[in-house]
Amino acid sequence: MGIAFPTPDEGILARREAITAGLARLVPPGGLVTAEDERRAFETDAFTAYRRMPLAVVLPSTTEEVAAIMRFCHEHGVKVVPRGAGTSLAGGAIPQEDAVVLGVSKMNRVLDVNFKDRTMRVEAGITNLAISNAVMAEGFFYAPDPSSQLACTIAGNIGMNSGGAHCLKYGVTTNNVLGVKMVTVDGTVVEIGGDALDAPGYDLLGLVVGSEGQLGIVTEATVRILRAAEGARPVLFGFETSEQAGAAVAAIIGAGIIPVAMEFMDKPAIEICEAFAHAGYPLDVEALLIIEVEGSDAEMDFTLGRIVEIAKKHGVKTVKESKSAMETAAIWKGRKSAFGATGRVADYICMDGTIPTGRLPEVLRRIDEIVKGYGLRVANVFHAGDGNLHPLVLYDVNDPDQAHKAEEAGNDILRLCVEVGGCLTGEHGVGIEKRDLMNVQFDPQDLDQQMRVRGVFDRAWLLNPAKVFPLDRRITA
Amino acid sequence: MTAVSEPTTEAELAAAVSEARAAGMPLAVEGRGTKSGIGRPAQAEATLSTVKLSGITLYEPSELVIGAKAGTPLAEIEAALAEKGQMLPFEPIDYRPILAGSGGPTIGGVAAGNLSGPRRIATGACRDSLIGVRFVNGRGEIVKNGGRVMKNVTGLDLVKLMAGSWGTLGVMSEVIFKILPVAETNATLLLHGLDDARAVEALAAGLGSPFEVTGAAHLPAGIDRVPTTLLRIEGFAPSIAYRKERLRALLKPFGAADVLEGEAAADLWRRVRDAAFLAEPRDKAVWRVSIAPSKAPSFVERLQALRDFRRFYDWGGGLVWIATEAAGDAGSAAIRTALAGTGGHATLIRAPAEIRAAADVFEPLPPALRTVTEGIKTSLDPDRLFNPGRMYAGI
Repeated sequence: MGIAFPTPDEGILARREAITAGLARLVPPGGLVTAEDERRAFETDAFTAYRRMPLAVVLPSTTEEVAAIMRFCHEHGVKVVPRGAGTSLAGGAIPQEDAVVLGVSKMNRVLDVNFKDRTMRVEAGITNLAISNAVMAEGFFYAPDPSSQLACTIAGNIGMNSGGAHCLKYGVTTNNVLGVKMVTVDGTVVEIGGDALDAPGYDLLGLVVGSEGQLGIVTEATVRILRAAEGARPVLFGFETSEQAGAAVAAIIGAGIIPVAMEFMDKPAIEICEAFAHAGYPLDVEALLIIEVEGSDAEMDFTLGRIVEIAKKHGVKTVKESKSAMETAAIWKGRKSAFGATGRVADYICMDGTIPTGRLPEVLRRIDEIVKGYGLRVANVFHAGDGNLHPLVLYDVNDPDQAHKAEEAGNDILRLCVEVGGCLTGEHGVGIEKRDLMNVQFDPQDLDQQMRVRGVFDRAWLLNPAKVFPLDRRITA
Repeated sequence: MTAVSEPTTEAELAAAVSEARAAGMPLAVEGRGTKSGIGRPAQAEATLSTVKLSGITLYEPSELVIGAKAGTPLAEIEAALAEKGQMLPFEPIDYRPILAGSGGPTIGGVAAGNLSGPRRIATGACRDSLIGVRFVNGRGEIVKNGGRVMKNVTGLDLVKLMAGSWGTLGVMSEVIFKILPVAETNATLLLHGLDDARAVEALAAGLGSPFEVTGAAHLPAGIDRVPTTLLRIEGFAPSIAYRKERLRALLKPFGAADVLEGEAAADLWRRVRDAAFLAEPRDKAVWRVSIAPSKAPSFVERLQALRDFRRFYDWGGGLVWIATEAAGDAGSAAIRTALAGTGGHATLIRAPAEIRAAADVFEPLPPALRTVTEGIKTSLDPDRLFNPGRMYAGI
């Protein structure tokens, strides 16, 4: 497999016992994991093809403990890899042998809910879904909804600027977070943003969101919560070609309609998800759109009426409306478990490039050619409204040749995304997975500028150091 | 401050910055200069204008994306969008009424000021719609960040840093925005006679409803003859008809709501957007305060130390515009004392240059953030070429 890790610092490895002894003084019992079999649970994330055993794992319970850990590691030149729930598909939380994993999962409380201002303050280790659950009874929710929302933490969402199926209308993490408490690499606690809609000075919050744990450890967040619509209804639209589906998406937007979600699946994905979720997906079509609208029953009837009219003009073959809450749940279960369901039939790597939606039919055809060229198969699910693709390249993990080919095919797909005017990653982050492709999307001066900004926060490259930027050219100022 | 450089290409722009760097000559960075009165008076020796970097470079209505060179007039962008029934979602404030500027703002200026209007509460600020930039940094290098697709988490988000940096971090050459369709129709509910606290409660009730309020402002007595509270909804006609009645019922405890539609409503929201109510008298200073909405009315109550002021609220109460006597510190100490502990912050938008030179125009930063801010400035503009001192002394 092709992704390199930096050579571990022998000096740090040699001082492992002293370092763990020092960390043990900073957290309560149970807050430090040193035994090898227990550390093993932290050696990878959801990018399971790569793993490295960390030096130690520390699980603080308070911001003060995080600050003490960071001060200690900074003083001793120890690298720190931040971790939420370890659901990164890009290897964003994969450690290295000479690094301490700092997991925030024990910090998972709701600190304050303010319905009047529609904000909520939480500890960073709370799961995405737990935030919405805490305010659901009052009819509110937290909008970004990554497929892993049951497990993933807001800390990880902030690290990766996570999206979800509903961001066409509601935006991604950066549009829904108002403030963070963050511990910098030397243990300083800073408050960035707050509970107002904008903050003074440079938009440091916007910089921190999506910075993949390289600028500090986020320990608390203030998020916006929204009142849920009166109702939501997904409708399935089956098409005979992906060109037709793509043209329908463009025409819906062109008609001034912004559905809350527009999800696309190709035939392989439809079959895999239907077999898993029994959602009633049509199996006799080449492309499926799940389009969800919100509002009162009458409002949804009206909007869907317009959408159906447009879909008909673009040759839709089947239209199937959800008739009950159970059907709605099944429709979304099928889509949100697409990755898991695929995992039942084959190993896969999940790509995450974004393309201009106008290039959709061409890109789908070329993805198919790329993957076939490597003798593999692909299933496509993606967010059609915003062009964020998730091609799942299927392979057999026990066949090293196939694994290598899958990785190569994935890289070719991402190069294609950049070539047509898109980007390497829409919502999963760069991590280690796309690190070595950064030169495809960016010129050296683009990356240098990003690294100089990174250097303001972490001059010594101690925080999540093997991620995002190619290893061969590292600068700080 | 006589030399004005107006490069016509990005390469010329980069060359101009490199020359200024070699000469150690600090630059006033601007588009058409309509907002040059905002900020501390910059200590520049020459002006670098993007005015001749003009033109729409990309517009794909079905992809909800538009890109333009930084010096493109905002009016040109808005006209192109309107032709396809689309808009910049964040409803950028036009500062000309307040600042008595002539000419028209550029799209680069909109981005540099992170200029947002009433719809910010529903569809985000300028920084939320800005998805790509190209700029020249203080080393004279051309840097791109973000791009033309709305889902993009590739690398550090420098786009956000550029938004609202008032030309102090780089000279933008091109900006790309995600956009939205203009709603088919809209309606504004008007409540009358509420005091500030009650009005903010009414706005919170509307914003906390499922009826998608996209504008929420309050005009106290002194702005309007009778205090008026405004809630705007936008959408398809049948939906507006439905939500209007539901909102009216919801707001019943706050009084009977009138409805304003069409050009009269659009004109009223334009005045809210532009803070036009405070444009006159012209000798008053104007402040912009951002604060959690529920804390806004008590903040305003604590302003008694100001002998004479007028204010109104946007963003459900989260944005307070205040006009004060343009004497002494223009009310800086009184406003910031009243803000202490609220998490809110104040920016002086209009005042004579001598006041802006002496008072904190932008909210002073706590020491840790000041250090980071200095570092960010150095990382992008090591020689302090761009608008030095405009936001903060030394930055």
